[in-house]
Amino acid sequence: MKINVNGTDYTLNVPANTSLLDALRVNLNLTGSKYGCGEGACGACKVLIDGHATPSCITPVASVENKIVITIEGLEKDGQLHPLQQAFLDEDAFQCAYCSSGMIISAVALKAKNPNPGRQEIIEAMQGNICRCCVYPRIINAISKA
Amino acid sequence: MKNPGTAQTPVEGLNRRNFLKLLGGGIAVALTYSDLNALSKHTAFAGDDAIAAWIHILENGTVTVYTGKVEVGQNIRTSLSQAVAEELSVPVNSIEMIMGDTLLTPYDRGTYGSLTTPVMALQLRKAAASLKEVLTDMAAKQWNVAKQTVEAKNGQVIHAASGKTMSFGDLTKGKKILLAVNNQVQLTPAEKWSVAGTPVAKVNAKSFVSGKHKYVSDMTMPGMVYGKILRAPSYGASLIAADIKNAKISPDVHVVKEDNFIGVTAPDPQTAANALARIEARWKTTAQPSRAEIFTYLKTHSQDKEEKAGEGVDKAFQAAPVQVQQHFEVQYIAHVPLEPRAALAVWENEKLTVWTGTQRPFGVQEELAEILSIPKNDIRVMMPDTGSAYGGKHSGEAAVEAARLSRAVGKPVKVMWTREEEFKWAYFRPGGLIEVAAGASNEGLLTSWEFHNYNSGGAGIEVPYEVAHRHIQYHPSDTPLKQGSYRGLAATANVFSIESVMDDLARQLKQDPLQFRLNNLKDERLKQVLQAAASKFGWTRPKEAGHGYGIAGAFIKNAYVGTCAEVIYNKSNGQLRVLRLVVAFECGAIVNPMHLENQVMGCVLQGLGGALFEAVDFKDGRILNPSLSSYRVPRFGDIPGLDIVLLNRKDIPSAGAGEAPIVGVAPAIRNAIADVTGVKLYTLPLLPHGMTLKT
Repeated sequence: MKINVNGTDYTLNVPANTSLLDALRVNLNLTGSKYGCGEGACGACKVLIDGHATPSCITPVASVENKIVITIEGLEKDGQLHPLQQAFLDEDAFQCAYCSSGMIISAVALKAKNPNPGRQEIIEAMQGNICRCCVYPRIINAISKA
Repeated sequence: MKNPGTAQTPVEGLNRRNFLKLLGGGIAVALTYSDLNALSKHTAFAGDDAIAAWIHILENGTVTVYTGKVEVGQNIRTSLSQAVAEELSVPVNSIEMIMGDTLLTPYDRGTYGSLTTPVMALQLRKAAASLKEVLTDMAAKQWNVAKQTVEAKNGQVIHAASGKTMSFGDLTKGKKILLAVNNQVQLTPAEKWSVAGTPVAKVNAKSFVSGKHKYVSDMTMPGMVYGKILRAPSYGASLIAADIKNAKISPDVHVVKEDNFIGVTAPDPQTAANALARIEARWKTTAQPSRAEIFTYLKTHSQDKEEKAGEGVDKAFQAAPVQVQQHFEVQYIAHVPLEPRAALAVWENEKLTVWTGTQRPFGVQEELAEILSIPKNDIRVMMPDTGSAYGGKHSGEAAVEAARLSRAVGKPVKVMWTREEEFKWAYFRPGGLIEVAAGASNEGLLTSWEFHNYNSGGAGIEVPYEVAHRHIQYHPSDTPLKQGSYRGLAATANVFSIESVMDDLARQLKQDPLQFRLNNLKDERLKQVLQAAASKFGWTRPKEAGHGYGIAGAFIKNAYVGTCAEVIYNKSNGQLRVLRLVVAFECGAIVNPMHLENQVMGCVLQGLGGALFEAVDFKDGRILNPSLSSYRVPRFGDIPGLDIVLLNRKDIPSAGAGEAPIVGVAPAIRNAIADVTGVKLYTLPLLPHGMTLKT
């Protein structure tokens, strides 16, 4: 099986029911995407698949052949943080930061569609992401300002 | 004292200084465990009274700080760095914190109870200030000048008259300072802080937003395999028999069976899960109490005999013209740390090294020693900054499981709990039944207070108001669910009950709920947070139709919180919405205003869940909602407007902030609901069936 992640082609040999999340974390050592629930309910594992923020824990790795996968590790360009990563830093929009990868990925997808989302648009787009430390207002600020 | 002895003799070329160089001063994600295990056998350390046990300056000027406290998102890696930077006069970015490592850090009971700031920060301040004294002393001797003429500043010793300067690293040449911490050393008062008290950004924040930080669940080692454990179908079930032969689905799968402990290891987690699913086990289940009968059960299984309230309380209550007698039911809730329990274990030469996400690395070390029957000193537990805890990671289950599997298969093993395992096999915040009888005079002064808490706990149980006759008792009970610490412990349940009763009394008296509280209070700090919250909130502002206001205050672990809530009620469809919360918080001198605000915000909004909708459902020993699609936690759409007012009392020692802010949320919202609807709720969560008031 061949997949393309962060611009690189990989050939994988994994059990048929392997999730994209496990393939990323275990086979490619891209551990920035996190396991949080295993049922697509918390957003910690989100990655961009052809630009859509998608929970990788419920995405079979076999389904992303011929698609473009971008993970949190793929957002930096030439050592520069993505503007949303920088905005999360500037707004101190995390505590334990375990949710940050998925939050940033969801926000990147939102901003690609809607560069200046209003507060309610941010809330709706981010509803699938849980910050258990609950610093939601700061995340909203970071997304607004990025 | 841990690891007594002198540490001056290098052993096998590796004294602690070299060892730290080896690690680059960071947490040991670099897997140099073979060197570390060699060290643990031979190297003696400074006793915990020595400066070097806490702080060590490397030749390159890096300041290594050792603490058994751990980072779970509360940002103490940053705030403790600020404390040391302040007292030692070094830049924050020259500090490397070694945290929660049983080999390298002094013994610590754990990171809980809001103790880091009042206790550990104080300890590190003393160590840093003592070290600074030693450094000026050393420089004075070396330069042959009077000590008083030497100043230590910004990582350097300076003799102004001669213009001599030397960096701390050049001065100490990396030697350990084994002199004792001077407990009488002069510390910098908060009024003069220049580093503490400022909004220093989260240390290593960039590694988190770039996905590079290695949580335990992200860690790997050469040859590592993944472990999965066979779980019982319900609490109290015992294994009758298990057929494990079908589980060996490939040559590199190993099935481990040690009595009732059954697990598998495989080169990848999916194969491990597939193998585990092939085990056929038969279980004997036992009768277990269910949620429907839980409050009766907790009262009837109370472990201490009910003390009859003293006659004074009874008499005062009977005589009171204004009375409230109520019972409150508080459901069990789950912590749901976003990173479930995880551990990576490796054995080498009968010695065990474990990385695990825990609030009590030394407690886990003891747990491992007991269960594995090996000496504690042969076990090293390390805790990389972890994916949150909230009081829910005091125990070492995953560490024990990884260690057992690793010992059996002879390879490093990583165990990562699923969300379902975390819900079912960790522990919960206790549920509880609370019974209150309170009386007041016609003038609105409390005259009697009787308060019984069954099972939920004794934290925050004391009534902060002045009342002559009181009887307050916590009755431990036989909990059917595993229960333990949680942010604020039972203070959430107790303050909810106290502040609901206070509101009911005020309503009967037709007094303003804020004024009624102030009339019954002597504690000036509590009055101040109530007034600060009310002022920011606009407590006296006329209410729009369909809006209700509620207030609550509390004093928990040396911190004060005042909370106001505004709710909107749509009478036609029964819909309620929390419009906004205002929280005034005071925990003495503020160490980092940015992170304090962050901490208060998170605490308050997390508290929304337990206040409004979170509840663990269980029946016949099974958890019925063990997933994030069935157990609801606060999300973006649940968040009301939130104003936080931080009161900075530089004249008062800093207290912790990770717990107290949570306690006011539920009663403030409850009282606002009563204000607008007239319906007085006595349960947590308040609205278990959604944001609709069922009248």
